[in-house]
Amino acid sequence: MADQAVFADQAMQYAPQLFAAAMRMTRNRADAEDLVQEAYLKGFRSFHTFTEGTNLRAWLFRILTNTYINKYRKKQRSFDESDLGDIEDLYLYKRMGTFEDASIGRSAEESLMAMLPDDEVKQALEDLPENFRLPVILADVEGFAYKEIAEMLDIPIGTVMSRLHRGRKAMQKALHDYAVARGLQREDAPQ
Amino acid sequence: MDACDEPDCEETLKELHVFLDEELSTEASASIKGHLEDCPDCFGAFDFHAELKQVIRAKCRNEEMPPGLLSRIERCFDTDFDGDGKIG
Repeated sequence: MADQAVFADQAMQYAPQLFAAAMRMTRNRADAEDLVQEAYLKGFRSFHTFTEGTNLRAWLFRILTNTYINKYRKKQRSFDESDLGDIEDLYLYKRMGTFEDASIGRSAEESLMAMLPDDEVKQALEDLPENFRLPVILADVEGFAYKEIAEMLDIPIGTVMSRLHRGRKAMQKALHDYAVARGLQREDAPQ
Repeated sequence: MDACDEPDCEETLKELHVFLDEELSTEASASIKGHLEDCPDCFGAFDFHAELKQVIRAKCRNEEMPPGLLSRIERCFDTDFDGDGKIG
């Protein structure tokens, strides 16, 4: 049985990751702080149920996700798959060739890192409806496996995959729209 | 002929994200890897999405911890919230 006294030693190292995920989930700092604090308290109280030798990080993210869902989900109407509309595959990739970073005169593909500002990437993720946002946070930001995400969200693996697919495309479309709004599209680009 | 009209390309692009997520079987993954080595068009799409995934991860994780949050959490561990005589 895991000992509560061990919890603080082993679990606190994940706080920055949990806080960043909580920011993307709740979309505001005060709620994110409350959520992380509540998740840690729940983890502390139920640490006796944690099986030593299994993945503590995944266990903590499961608590964080469940706490978020129970506390905040009721505030929003739930979205179904069709709400994101039909976005073609490879949406951003097919359009990247039409961008350039005017300030340094290089093509966008040379550095997506420089091309996409932090705030826009965060915003594109945070604007996803929650059903899509949670799988994308857990897969793309936190690197969890489909099976782990299915367990955390209590949905089938096939649903995780289809929500990831649609969520990612919607995020790419948002990133593209931001880039267009910033005037990054070349004048000769097809509209 | 456009290389991406070939059935291998269609299959590769369809499975690209699952491949990037490292969720394909060893066999399916090896077949995609083999195709990517031979097909510059599909490799371009792969390379772009691999980088996009890294960029999203790096940028969405880039968040400064609020000062005091850690100590506030740790203080909780010393408090008997529900008054049952046990801490927590």
